[in-house]
Amino acid sequence: MPEASVPSYGAWHFGPDRWRHRTVTAATLAWFAVLTLVPVGALAKAALMGGWAPFRALAASPDARHAFILTILATAASVLLNGVFGLVLAVLLARYEFPGKAILDALLDMPFAISPVVAGFMLLLLLGPKGLLGHFFEAAGVHVVFAIPGIILATLFVSLPFVVREVVPVLKEVGLEQEEAAQTLGAGPWTTFRRVTFPAIRWGLAYGVSLTAARALGEFGAVLVVSGNIIGRTQTTTLFINQEFADFHFEGAYCAALVLALASMLLLLGMEAAKRFAKGTS
Amino acid sequence: MPLGTRSKRRPPLPLLGVGVGYVAILVVLPILVLVADGLKLGLTAFFKALTAPEALYALRLTLVLAVFIAAVDAVTGTVTAYVLARYRFPGKSLVNAMVDLPVAIPTVVTGLMLVALYGPASLAGQFLGRHGLQVIFAKPGIILALLYVTFPFVVRSVQPVVQELSRDQEEAAETLGASRWVTFKRVILPALRPALLAGTTLSFSRALGEFGSVVIVAGNIPMKTQVAPVYIYGEIESYDPAGAISVSVVLLLASLLAIFALRRFKRSGSSDA
Repeated sequence: MPEASVPSYGAWHFGPDRWRHRTVTAATLAWFAVLTLVPVGALAKAALMGGWAPFRALAASPDARHAFILTILATAASVLLNGVFGLVLAVLLARYEFPGKAILDALLDMPFAISPVVAGFMLLLLLGPKGLLGHFFEAAGVHVVFAIPGIILATLFVSLPFVVREVVPVLKEVGLEQEEAAQTLGAGPWTTFRRVTFPAIRWGLAYGVSLTAARALGEFGAVLVVSGNIIGRTQTTTLFINQEFADFHFEGAYCAALVLALASMLLLLGMEAAKRFAKGTS
Repeated sequence: MPLGTRSKRRPPLPLLGVGVGYVAILVVLPILVLVADGLKLGLTAFFKALTAPEALYALRLTLVLAVFIAAVDAVTGTVTAYVLARYRFPGKSLVNAMVDLPVAIPTVVTGLMLVALYGPASLAGQFLGRHGLQVIFAKPGIILALLYVTFPFVVRSVQPVVQELSRDQEEAAETLGASRWVTFKRVILPALRPALLAGTTLSFSRALGEFGSVVIVAGNIPMKTQVAPVYIYGEIESYDPAGAISVSVVLLLASLLAIFALRRFKRSGSSDA
């Protein structure tokens, strides 16, 4: 749309201006490429230098497999829980008025603004053996920190805002009319949501869920602090990569990093598709 | 007007309870516990831990780097947003999609990519090393990592505003004899300001808190290349809660300030429109 309404310089200007635009474009692309794309190429080269053998070694390593499974588990939990609660929060923020709404809205920016290390440390203080909630869990014999529940909580924290932030604007844009029409025609709130609201927001939701998954897949700092980084037990893929790097097993680190990078690029492609579908349906 | 009254409606209690409860447990409670533990330390112990030379150095380094990164992002991000919104070139939609790459790529992977590119074993690293520039395990590595992870913020904040901006005012200014630079400074920049400030704030707060990519490339030498989040991690690992708590409280305050600033910029942006 905007490309059609704003005449592009390519067609508009001739003479020296055209060269100015070409220079600015080339400089921008060069900055972008050197900063972000060349490092991706360097990683791919470093990982593929040893052929397939290091990848096979990675797939055979129990610690690596455990790390990948743990990452998938934490990502699935984040997508599921932050998907559902994110939808609830988005509906609250977009459709209702209540005291403290601005504060709730601002609190949802917190996971973006705070350092992941501080996030993990806060959870450690809260849920650690001496923490406010921690000693209840400890008394009940449930291990939260240095265990899988802590990893999931840390991942939930850092990936909380994405679904809310993507769905709220879509809900506002869709408006109330169709929902009200459905309710006037006798549909209950659940039917209205399932048949009217959900179809309208599904691509926005898909975009938010992809962002959640990408963030969860790559979370490192918060999980590192909360999990205790126990090899083969509480080590996620990012922690495994860090460990391999620290142990000078560069091959394993590069290969696992490439696998993770490819997974996040796939998610990025999914996001682009969701964005396109969202534009197509609205 | 039924629409107006409808949009002011109160939420059903279960919905409100579930939403607020989730945020309270996941976000509010941990923040309160950190603040309470900070208060429990007492002012003397708090400031003693905060003014330890390593802590002060880490905080100062983090702040200086974040200001620098935010400034660079403000310039390069605005130019990139402008080019993406206004110019036509082959492969533009691909570039547009790739801008989000730094957000999608895990931070540890970012760190490893920079090591693969600039590390002592790489061609670029050896070349730069021969000319006396050490990138990895030194400050240039931290700067590259932070530039990488913060790249999308200003672009994504400014780009939609440039797209909305009509060309009329720019053309009017140019017709009236304003130079390119004057047109940019007096017509375009004021319109972009709220979005630019919002994007720069995001870059700044991300640079303050970034851990994964920096911990890999920085070498984390106290008083040389150790940033505040890495310092906190070190204090946690060595069971020094006072050091970890005091620096964490400072970073928490910085995040709250950033959120507050962000809301103000966003509001001024929407009231201008």
